[in-house]
Amino acid sequence: MDFKLSDEQQMLQDTAARLVRDNYAFEAREKFAESELGYSVAFWQQLSELGLTAVPFAEAFGGFDGGGVEILLIMTELGRGLCLEPYLQSVIFAGGLLTQLGSDEQCNELLPAVAGGHLQMAVAVDEPTSHYQLHDVRTTAKAVDGGWMLNGRKSVVVAGHSAGLILVSARTAGSDRDETGISLFLLDPRAPGVKRRDYPTMGGTKACELYLEDVFVSSASMLGEPAQALAALRYQQGRAIAAQCAEAVGSMEAVCDLTLEYLKTRQQFGQAIGRFQALQHRMVDMRIELDQATSMAILAACAADAPDSDERSRTLAAAKVLIVRAGRFIAEQGIQLHGGIGLTWEYVLSHHAKHLLMLSHQFGNDDHHLMTYSRLLQV
Amino acid sequence: MDIQFTPAEQAFREEVRQFLREKLPADIAARGRHGKRFNKEDQVTWMRLLNERGWLAASWPAEFGGTGWGAVEKHIFDEECAAFGAPWVMPFGVNMVAPVIIKFGTPEQQARFLPRILTTEDWWCQGYSEPGAGSDLAAVKTRAVREGDHYVVNGQKTWTTLAHYADWIFCLVRTDPEAQQQRGISFLLIDMKTPGITVRPIITLDGEHEVNEVFFDNVRVPVENLVGEENKGWTCAKYLLTHERTSIAGIGQAKQMLGRLKHIASQEQRDGQPLIDDIQLRMQIVELEIQLMAIEMSNLRIVAAAQDGGVPGTESSFLKIKGSEIRQAITYLMSKVLGPYALPFLEDELGYAQQPHLYRDYSASPASQYLDMRKTSVYGGSNEIQKNIIAKMILEL
Repeated sequence: MDFKLSDEQQMLQDTAARLVRDNYAFEAREKFAESELGYSVAFWQQLSELGLTAVPFAEAFGGFDGGGVEILLIMTELGRGLCLEPYLQSVIFAGGLLTQLGSDEQCNELLPAVAGGHLQMAVAVDEPTSHYQLHDVRTTAKAVDGGWMLNGRKSVVVAGHSAGLILVSARTAGSDRDETGISLFLLDPRAPGVKRRDYPTMGGTKACELYLEDVFVSSASMLGEPAQALAALRYQQGRAIAAQCAEAVGSMEAVCDLTLEYLKTRQQFGQAIGRFQALQHRMVDMRIELDQATSMAILAACAADAPDSDERSRTLAAAKVLIVRAGRFIAEQGIQLHGGIGLTWEYVLSHHAKHLLMLSHQFGNDDHHLMTYSRLLQV
Repeated sequence: MDIQFTPAEQAFREEVRQFLREKLPADIAARGRHGKRFNKEDQVTWMRLLNERGWLAASWPAEFGGTGWGAVEKHIFDEECAAFGAPWVMPFGVNMVAPVIIKFGTPEQQARFLPRILTTEDWWCQGYSEPGAGSDLAAVKTRAVREGDHYVVNGQKTWTTLAHYADWIFCLVRTDPEAQQQRGISFLLIDMKTPGITVRPIITLDGEHEVNEVFFDNVRVPVENLVGEENKGWTCAKYLLTHERTSIAGIGQAKQMLGRLKHIASQEQRDGQPLIDDIQLRMQIVELEIQLMAIEMSNLRIVAAAQDGGVPGTESSFLKIKGSEIRQAITYLMSKVLGPYALPFLEDELGYAQQPHLYRDYSASPASQYLDMRKTSVYGGSNEIQKNIIAKMILEL
């Protein structure tokens, strides 16, 4: 057993950390968030120039064959910097689905573009009534001459507003909640019949609602076998969860660092408030939860690329539950220990708190993953 | 980074399992697996079996008869022993006083005491806490006054675990009453048969006699029983505490308890269905299992870091806190699962009785064990003291 990073991994971590530190000061982030795109094109280009967007892909597609640990290192730094770029949606989730389901033609055409950062993708799986259940798909895809006709609505597609292509789950067979009958399509959001409503999210990134009305997609736009997409969606969402756990840990580290610094400098009653035991113990509790969360992010990273199994599913569900809980605890305590300044928009801490809260509502919240774990509990 | 155990570590685990299957007496294992109490004979039997295999002194250097294990092997060993229901190795001799004697003792002391610790001919107890010195250990008042080639000891120790079994006690005593706090304390080994020592039981809330008060009334202790220098005993005391921390998280025990909780919950019924299928209860079990997964992983991270450096760092205070809380939560739920059968207080069934059980073989111990587990957040430096340590040493507040 060995938790040490290899030299290459250490270099990767240093590269990502330096990039974020040099480019993602809080004031800069505010500007990126206010822009129409909602993130920094220049930073996205730097991510690709340094090869970070290529990390998880095979060499044949311009990648570096990176695994869960490499993603853990990158995502932790992106989380620490509150980076707004759609790395998780495009590189991890959409890129993972392409890799797993795509035909040779699709992979050859699209993966180098995703790995190189030229093509930004998003994944549209949630619907107004699905509440995290990937098999609850009411958007339909009917076979028509030369392709499929899509109808329905996809909810809260993070980074969908800026995506060149969106992967959309739609039902080609069966009824609303059947586990079979779900297919995955490559959708050009500029296609006729696609309407978008873009909006900012609480965490700072942008998202959209996707309204599909008689949208034609060609036969070549289907990813994988018809009606068989659910297993891959679940597997790749698992990888996204692992990556998101690392992103959350980066944010939690930032909150703990900021709060500890504040306790040492803020003076009240003639002394640093960190001298008060009640506050010390809260800070210790935050530090302990951070440690537990870090452990689960590592565990998730090591499970992310393992073959599908109940064990893997349990591990990822457990990681998500624990990190949602720890994230909320650390965010709330961080605000409380800062007092009034922790409640302001102008101080970065509140944005970390929002970031942590919003991460917990994506890819299944703690209740959702407790149920998943419960179904797989070994007795 | 590779969080899998290496083939060598896995082979070691198999070797430990094989040993436990062959050597751990079935009656002792059965008591352990049901969370029942061990007696002195169980403990001594097990420690002697371990010593025959050369596995008792896990934390000693090899030249003194230690195993030479690293932190990972120790972790695997502890985990497997707990899973099989083996008794805890009583730490006071082999894992507490022995490392101090090895580090600070004279060759004569080493030759005199260490072999008898290995064979469990001597049972040791720990004379640290006093009525006025609990978490504030440096406040010890028990006095040792030099008279010729003896110290004359007067005072009182308390919460002394299994002193009623003990042949020897290692004590923190005050040799210089003028010196401040940590200075003026000495580390003294005292034969429990010396005239003037009285042991009085303290019965804890679970009805168990585990801890005691120990009174010293003009007890004459030869000066050659002093370890290290006079008035420098705090150095020994601190060194001992770093060893105490190593396995205090009780991960192996917590895993064993969680397994027992799931077993009981799958046997007990409500509305004709196993309780474990009751969503309300099942979710509580799931929550605990997830928390334990995180604690275990944190433990492994600390263990792996200690594999190179020897003794785990201050981060093990995290585990002391988390490890005690999770065992308290598991045993609480375990007693709840029994419904009204949490009520009977059956002292016979908590130990060795062979008669038919009032209800089930697993039903007597959970409530008692829940009560017993309250001690885990109090002993070894209370959880609040651990937080003070973390605040000072890690957060530098």
